[in-house]
Amino acid sequence: MTVVLMLLGGAVGANLRYLIDRRAQRWRDSPFPWGTLTVNVLGSVVLGFVAGGALYGVDAEAVRLGVGVGLCGSLTTYSTFGYETFRLATEGARALSLVNVATNVLAGLGAAAGGILLAAAIWA
Amino acid sequence: MRAVRGVPDAVSGVAGGSGPSACEPGRSPWWRRWAAGKRWDVLVAVGLGGAAGTGARYAVAVGMPHPAGGFPFATLLVNVVGCFLIGMLVVVIAETVASHRLVRPFLGVGVLGGFTTFSTYTVDTAELVMAERAGTALVYLASTVLAALAAVVAGVLVTRRLVRVTRRFARRGSGTKGRQR
Repeated sequence: MTVVLMLLGGAVGANLRYLIDRRAQRWRDSPFPWGTLTVNVLGSVVLGFVAGGALYGVDAEAVRLGVGVGLCGSLTTYSTFGYETFRLATEGARALSLVNVATNVLAGLGAAAGGILLAAAIWA
Repeated sequence: MRAVRGVPDAVSGVAGGSGPSACEPGRSPWWRRWAAGKRWDVLVAVGLGGAAGTGARYAVAVGMPHPAGGFPFATLLVNVVGCFLIGMLVVVIAETVASHRLVRPFLGVGVLGGFTTFSTYTVDTAELVMAERAGTALVYLASTVLAALAAVVAGVLVTRRLVRVTRRFARRGSGTKGRQR
């Protein structure tokens, strides 16, 4: 049953990523991949919160699989991030490709830590 | 450049039913206005692909479990393989004359996007730091980025080469009249 929840989370996460990316492209006509950065940071903070909850004793398998593995795992992406970085680098925006890597990694890490700390503040 | 973009969406929104199109845009409820601009076959393809990719990622994670504070090999593998495959996919789509318009939403956005993950990568790294395994966290952080980017490049180059070799064979097989490029 929880596996079904996970697959459902995966389907919803992929669609959210697609819609957010499209909205971001419409919102800003820039070569920088704002959509992927948005979903990666958003997914990191939510998964950090879920993982933090599991760490401090509020562990529900349905939430961990459905929201954690399914929704957050599918909402965020490494393949699109990697390809967009490659495309920036090969289309003459080498500096922007480095900025893309740095912002995704640093903002993602900060968001993950923020999610864990928020869970700690509530349950620890 | 963007002037024609609204046209296909508007057409697909009207083609589905007879009733909703009679609604004035200003008075129609927000969910109807939201739904009118959507390509539902694309969303279904993205969703099915996302579920399949998520299932595959979960299978790898179950097959390669890592202890708390250990190196997350499963996520590294999934992200590197997914990056190699997206490199292959974009070349195949670019080089194929008539690829179906749902191929990229299903395989690229859905399957590969659902298979790879950024959130597990960042949260695992943060948990390694919290478990006072900062060295492991740094190695994991850097090796994933470097291996994933190298995998995209490798996927693109390998597939370009494959396409070139296949074309050469096809040309040889069909004689001189088969030359198209």
